[in-house]
Amino acid sequence: MINSSLKELSGLLAAKKISSVELTQTFLHRIEALNPSLNAFITLDADRSLAQARAADAQIAANQASPLTGIPVAQKDIFCAQGWRSTCGSKMLANFVSPYDAHVIEQFDRAGAVNLGKTNMDEFAMGSSNETSFFGKVKNPWDLNAVPGGSSGGSAAAVAGRLAPAATGTDTGGSIRQPAALTGITGIKPTYGVVSRYGMIAFASSLDQAGPMAQSAEDCALMLNVMAGFDPRDSTSLERDREDYARDLNQPLQGLKIGLPKEYFAEGLSADVARSVEAALAEYRKLGAETVEISLPNTRLSIPVYYVLAPAEASSNLARYDGVRYGYRAPEYGDLNDMYKKSRAQGFGSEVKRRIMIGTYVLSAGYYDAYYIQAQKLRRLIAQDFESAFKQCDVIMGPTSPSTAFNLGEKSDDPVSMYLSDIYTIAVNLAGLPGMSVPCGFGDNGLPVGLQIIGNYFSEARMLNVAHQYQLATDWHLRLPPLGNGV
Amino acid sequence: MSLTLDDVKRIAHLARIEVDETEAQAWLGQLTPILGLIEEMQGVDTSGIAPMAHAQELMQRLREDAVSETDRRDAYQAVAPQVEAGLFLVPKVIE
Amino acid sequence: MQWEVVIGLETHAQLNTVTKIFSGAATAYGAEPNTQACAVDLALPGVLPVFNRAAAEKAVKFGLAVGARINRKSVFERKNYFYPDLPKGYQITQLELPIVAEGGKLHIHVGPSTGSGQAAPAGSGQGYEKDIRITRAHMEEDAGKSLHEDFHGMTGVDLNRAGTPLIEIVTEPDMRSSAEAVAYAKALHSLVRWIGICDGNMQEGSFRCDANVSVRPMGVEKLGTRCEIKNLNSFKFMEKAIEYEVRRQIELIEDGGKVVQETRLYDPDKDETRSMRSKEEANDYRYFPDPDLLPLVISERYIEDVLAQLPELPQAMSARFMSAYGLPAYDAAVLTSNKELADYFDATVNALRETLSPSSLPEYPEGHKGERDAEATQAKNAAKLAANWIIGDLSAALNKHGLDIAASPIASAQLAGLLTRIQDSTISGKIAKEVFAAMWEGEGEADAIIETKGLKQVSDSGAIEKIIAEIMDANPAQVAEYRSGKEKVFGFFVGLAMKASKGKANPAQLNELLKQKLAG
Repeated sequence: MINSSLKELSGLLAAKKISSVELTQTFLHRIEALNPSLNAFITLDADRSLAQARAADAQIAANQASPLTGIPVAQKDIFCAQGWRSTCGSKMLANFVSPYDAHVIEQFDRAGAVNLGKTNMDEFAMGSSNETSFFGKVKNPWDLNAVPGGSSGGSAAAVAGRLAPAATGTDTGGSIRQPAALTGITGIKPTYGVVSRYGMIAFASSLDQAGPMAQSAEDCALMLNVMAGFDPRDSTSLERDREDYARDLNQPLQGLKIGLPKEYFAEGLSADVARSVEAALAEYRKLGAETVEISLPNTRLSIPVYYVLAPAEASSNLARYDGVRYGYRAPEYGDLNDMYKKSRAQGFGSEVKRRIMIGTYVLSAGYYDAYYIQAQKLRRLIAQDFESAFKQCDVIMGPTSPSTAFNLGEKSDDPVSMYLSDIYTIAVNLAGLPGMSVPCGFGDNGLPVGLQIIGNYFSEARMLNVAHQYQLATDWHLRLPPLGNGV
Repeated sequence: MSLTLDDVKRIAHLARIEVDETEAQAWLGQLTPILGLIEEMQGVDTSGIAPMAHAQELMQRLREDAVSETDRRDAYQAVAPQVEAGLFLVPKVIE
Repeated sequence: MQWEVVIGLETHAQLNTVTKIFSGAATAYGAEPNTQACAVDLALPGVLPVFNRAAAEKAVKFGLAVGARINRKSVFERKNYFYPDLPKGYQITQLELPIVAEGGKLHIHVGPSTGSGQAAPAGSGQGYEKDIRITRAHMEEDAGKSLHEDFHGMTGVDLNRAGTPLIEIVTEPDMRSSAEAVAYAKALHSLVRWIGICDGNMQEGSFRCDANVSVRPMGVEKLGTRCEIKNLNSFKFMEKAIEYEVRRQIELIEDGGKVVQETRLYDPDKDETRSMRSKEEANDYRYFPDPDLLPLVISERYIEDVLAQLPELPQAMSARFMSAYGLPAYDAAVLTSNKELADYFDATVNALRETLSPSSLPEYPEGHKGERDAEATQAKNAAKLAANWIIGDLSAALNKHGLDIAASPIASAQLAGLLTRIQDSTISGKIAKEVFAAMWEGEGEADAIIETKGLKQVSDSGAIEKIIAEIMDANPAQVAEYRSGKEKVFGFFVGLAMKASKGKANPAQLNELLKQKLAG
C-alpha cells in the first residue's frame, strides 16, 4: 500500500477497501519508525491529521470525494498552516504557530486531503543539501550518509522513503528538482505564477514557486491539479482558466522534439550521470522522439545572476524577522538596535546570514547598478536564450544535477562549490519556466540520477505527458531505497 | 570591488546582525569568494538590455476598496514576544 | 546683508480610502491598538501585498487637479530600514517612477494681512498671486505609531496606521517666505479636501508637512545648505518654525558659522527647532523594485474618466467669480478658500437672482440688449451684496461661534431671502443686521421676522412728513441755525427722524423731504 500510486490509493478509498484513517495511520506509523533515521519531518500532529482523515472518510461516505480526498500529503514547512507550527526550518520561527493558512494548504484542505505533517527543509529554503535546517540534517533514504538535496529535502526523503505518498515542495533555484533527482522521485516546478505564493514563506519573491513531489509524473499531475489556480491575494498569481494537468498523460511522443543544450553536457557533468541521461534520451528516441542540439549560451552566468538577485530579495524579505511581532527575540539585549542585532544573529543560521549579507551588499549605495541592475539585465538574456531555444524544440532535456547525492558535510564548508551544483536548475527559475526531474537510473555509487525536463511557459501538461510515457516504459521511479520496507 | 572589513561591519549593521571583530573577519573570508563568483557578470556588455524584474510582463491588478479583514488581534498577538494593552513592546525608541 | 529665504515643502496626505493601500483592513481613525492591523499589515511570514484601486484613483485625481503629467507606468519600490513601526523592515513607496510626474503647479494668493514680518515683493501691499511648482507626487504606505508613554521602560507599538495610503507631494524650492509656505500649505490643504482625496485633519495626522529651508545672499543663484524641519502639524507652527529656522540660519552664517544639512524637529512649546540626532545615523535605504508587486499601468481612458469626475477647481471658480460677478481678486480668493464656502456663495447668489422680481428692475428703453445688461448688472449687484455679507457678517458670526460654513445656522437660501429684502429696499442695511441676528438665533425666515417685528421700511411720504413736522416744531433753534446756513445740523435732524421712525424710514426719501421742509 505504501508503494501505491495516488490513483490506486484513491481507488482503494473510493471502493472503501481502506479508510483515510487507516491510510493515515499506516504512514504515521512508518514515520514513527523511520523518521528518527531520516529526520524528514519537523512537526507531526497525529490528532490533527487523523481528524482530517475522519472528515475525509465522511466525505467519501457521502460520495463527495475528489481525487485526493483522504490522501495524506506531507507539507513542506515553508507553508503556513493554521494551528501548525510553521518554522521554515529556522530557529527564528521555531515557535511560530501560524494563525492563518497558505493558499496551497487551503487548496489541499478543500480537496479533502490530509495534512500528514510539516517536512524538514534548508533554513528559509536556502541550501542545496538540507544541511542548514535548525532542526537538523535530513538523510537520503538511499544512503544515510548522503544528502537528500535541498531545499525541499524533507519532502524528497519522505516520498522516496515512502513516509508519505506525496509531498509539496518549493523551488527557487532547483529546490524541488534537485532533491527529487538525488532521492529518485518525480517533482515539477510549474511556470512562475501558476501556484499562489500566499502563505508560502518568501525567500526570493520573483523566483519562488511551489510544486508537487511524488512517486510519478501521474501523481504529480493529480497534485498540481489541486495546487494550481488563481489567487487574488498574490499579485503575481496568474489569472488563467483551470486546467487538468493529467489530460495529456497518454498522448504518444511520436515526433516530440527534444532540445539538448550543449552547455548541459559540458565539463563539470560527472560521467555516471551523463551515462544515465544518455540512456534516457535513447529511450525517448525509441518512443518516437527526436533530439536536436541547442545552445543556452548564458547558462554559466545564471549562477552569478542568481546569487545576486536571490540574496538581494531575501535580504529584504527576511527583514521582517526582527523579534517584535512574532518569532525569536534574544533573551538579553540593551537598546532597540541591540535587540534587533542579537535576535537576528541568534535566530538565523550561518547560510541565511551569509545570503542576507550578500543581498544587503549588492543593494547598498554604489553597488546597486553594478550588481543588481546588471543581474536583471543578464536575467533577460538568460530568458531570451530559452525563447530562441523553444523555436527549435518542444522540450529541453538534460541532467538535473551534475552529480548524484554527495555526502553529508562534503560541501557544507564550501558555499561556492555548493552554489555551483545548481548550475542546471537555476536558469529555469530566472526565466520563470516550468521544469521537472524524473528518475532515470543510478550512478556509480548506486544513488539515483535525475533527468531534467524543461518546458515552455504553461506547458506543464505536455511535460507531465512526456515524463509519464517514459515512466510507462521504464521502472526507475518504482525502485525503492534499501530501508525498512518491512515496516 | 574587493570587500573590506569595514564593508562587512557596515553591511552587518544595515542588516541588523550582530558581529564581533573575529566574526567580521570570518565573514570577510566567506563572502569574498562568493563576491568573486558574482564578479563574473561584470565582463558582459549589457548595454541596451532592459532589466528583467518579473518572469512575466504583466501589470498590477487592482483590489476593490472594501474591508475584508476583521479584528484578529488576540490570535495574532498570541505569537508575539511581548505585548501589553494590545501593544507590541520594544526597547525604548528615542526620537 | 540682505538674505533670501528658499523653501520647498514635502507634504504627506493620507488618502481617504476605506481600506489600507495593500490590505483589506480598515483605515478608520482611533480604533483600539492593533485591531485594524491584519496579517498583511503585521507582515506575518508569507503574506503578500495587493494594491487598492481607490488609492490609484485618488492619486491620479490629485495629479490632474494640479495639471501634472501622470506616469502611464509607475513602479512600487522597497525602502529598506529597521524601525518598530515598520513591520516588514521596508516601506513600499515609489522612487524612480512615481504615479504623478512633473508639470504640476499650485496657484497661491499671499494675503496682505499675513502676520509674518517678512518682506513681500515690492508693491504687494494688497497681497499677490504666485504659482508654486510641484515636482512630483508618489504613493506610499504610512507607518504605525510608537507610543512613548512608559511601559516599564519600553515603547508600545500600534500598527493600526501601518499601511494607510499616503501621497507625498513634493514642491520645487519656490517659496520665499514663511507667508508663501503657509499660503501654499493652505491652498494644498484646501485642494485635497476640495477634490475629496484627503480629510485634511491635521490633528489626526492626515495632512503632514515637512519644510526644506535654506537661505542665500540676495541675488545669489546657488542654493544654501538646507535643513528639513519636521512636525509642522499646524499652519501656525509651520510659520513659526520656518521663521525661527530662518533666523537661526542667518545668525549662524553671519556669526561665521556653517549650516549643516540635517533633519530638525520643531518644538512648539519652546518655539524652536532642534536637530534630530536619531535620524542623523547614515541611512542606506537599498531601494529596489518590489518583486511582490507589478508595474501599475494607467490608461488614457482611465485618465479621461477621472478627469470627468473632477469638480470645478478653486482657481477656475475664483476666475469665474471675478469675470461673471466682477468680484475683486481678494474676495474671490477668500470665497474659494474652501469648497463649502464657495458652494455656499454660489448657492446664495443663484437663490438671490431667482427671488429678485423683474419689477425691481428699472425700465429699459430698447429690447433685449438692455435686458441682458440688466441681467448682468443684477447678477453683479447680487453677487457683490452676497460676497459682502458672507465675508463680512456671516464669517464674523461663524468665527465668533467657532463654526465652519457647513455648520452655519443660516442656510444660503435663507441668507438670499434676507438680501432680497435689502435689494428691493423693504429694509435698510442697518435693519438687515437686526434681521440677520434673529435668523442666526433661529427665529425663521427673513420675511417672517420683518413682518412679526414690523421692521418694514416706511416709504409713505405722509408718515415721514408728519415725523419731520414734529421734530421741526420741537427744535426751532436748530431749524433757524440750518436756515442761517449752518447745514451741518442736517445730520442732527436725520438722526432724530430715524430715531422717531425706529430706523424704518426710507433713508433716501427722508433726506429728500427733510431738505424740502428745512428749506421752508
